[in-house]
Amino acid sequence: MQVPAPFTYERATSVEHAIALLGQLGPEARVVAGGHSLIPMMKLRLARPEALVDINDLGGELSQIRVDADMLVIGALARHADLLASAVAGEHFKIFHDAEKVIADPVVRNFGTVGGSLCQADPAEDLSAVFAAVDGVAVLRGPDGVRQVRVRELHVGPYETVLEPDELMLELRVPIRPGGGSAYEKVERRVGDYPVAAAGAAVWLDGDTVREVGIGLTAVGAEHFAAPEAEAALRGQPATEESFQAAGRVAAEHCNPSADQRGPVDYKRHLAAELTTRALRRAAARARGQEA
Amino acid sequence: MEVTINLNGTPETHDVEPRLLLVHFIREKAGLRGTHWGCDTSNCGTCVVWLDGKPVKSCTVLAAMADGREVRTVEGLEQGGQLDPVQQGFMECHGLQCGFCTPGMLMTARALLDRNPDPSEPEIREAISGQLCRCTGYENIVRSVRWAAEKEATEAEEVTA
Repeated sequence: MQVPAPFTYERATSVEHAIALLGQLGPEARVVAGGHSLIPMMKLRLARPEALVDINDLGGELSQIRVDADMLVIGALARHADLLASAVAGEHFKIFHDAEKVIADPVVRNFGTVGGSLCQADPAEDLSAVFAAVDGVAVLRGPDGVRQVRVRELHVGPYETVLEPDELMLELRVPIRPGGGSAYEKVERRVGDYPVAAAGAAVWLDGDTVREVGIGLTAVGAEHFAAPEAEAALRGQPATEESFQAAGRVAAEHCNPSADQRGPVDYKRHLAAELTTRALRRAAARARGQEA
Repeated sequence: MEVTINLNGTPETHDVEPRLLLVHFIREKAGLRGTHWGCDTSNCGTCVVWLDGKPVKSCTVLAAMADGREVRTVEGLEQGGQLDPVQQGFMECHGLQCGFCTPGMLMTARALLDRNPDPSEPEIREAISGQLCRCTGYENIVRSVRWAAEKEATEAEEVTA
């Protein structure tokens, strides 16, 4: 039987209450939302928080998915299933639906949350690369107020983020810009497993030229889950198969996969190139309105 | 800490450690052994119960997180001495062999039919994709769910007629 180490449990009744509790309980306290990344690690004693602050009662405040002016806003407590079912998210960024279809399994998606996935900062977690591709911003709140951090700057290492111990992620904001398309491509061994590798892309076209591009990489040791060198190589280039393949090669060169039971380094590097190319191809087709 | 869970419509209150998992609250504290405890790693899905109306893997939820909430287990499917159509379907179509995955499969199937009364085979397979049948009896599980869908459609027609 897997049993977490002992901890104290508190349930937050408001955002202010959650932040106050985190402040009182100190740096060994953790927020629990869906718990589907954290609780398995606690059961294996890889994580041993002294206290948990349960934020599941803050759903009304923190779980909305909506458009606010030119921003898609996704509440940190939105469940994976909510994001997959969100018409407004899919209308602006199909990458969210692509990714959510292959995150864990349908039952896990009922309870696991968007913010929880990002805050757990598992190197094989999909949404970090997705938000890196669309250049989303995380809204964090602490005792001294609210600050915004690009998701590309959220992670400082495996399972580590820039969040202070008494900061809570409130929502993710993604700028909606015209002329864009996005996609996510993942290879996994079976349903519900972590990816062997995955790539996300968002492109904005000016005619047949790539005006702007974001590329995210999952599980291949890419710093901040992003591929800035590949983006630089593609920006301003013609939106062609050759350009996408060239960008894929650059992405593969600059990532740093590790060999494990999911595959050797050269296979993962091959996937980084191939999946980046496929994601760019599909994102561009969607930007042109050629593919659903 | 004291935890009260509305379990199949009946409040169950127990003094538990915060680290107690929901699956163990259901099985050991409330004594409802219909929910099975399988892989313990949120892979196999035999521990699926409904939490506030949605299927979740109860080995990955703390009992404390379910405090004050509603949980429905496989024991809560039967209504007034009548098996739920998904339970009948599993009987009719040989949807279980060893029966280990069955409670989770039934809870997921019931949730699927509530959301989508006429699911296609791929939709059924997708819905149960986070659950493992160690007998590999998926064909019959899919047939069982279809049987239940058809039975409910027929009954609905009879009511309308």
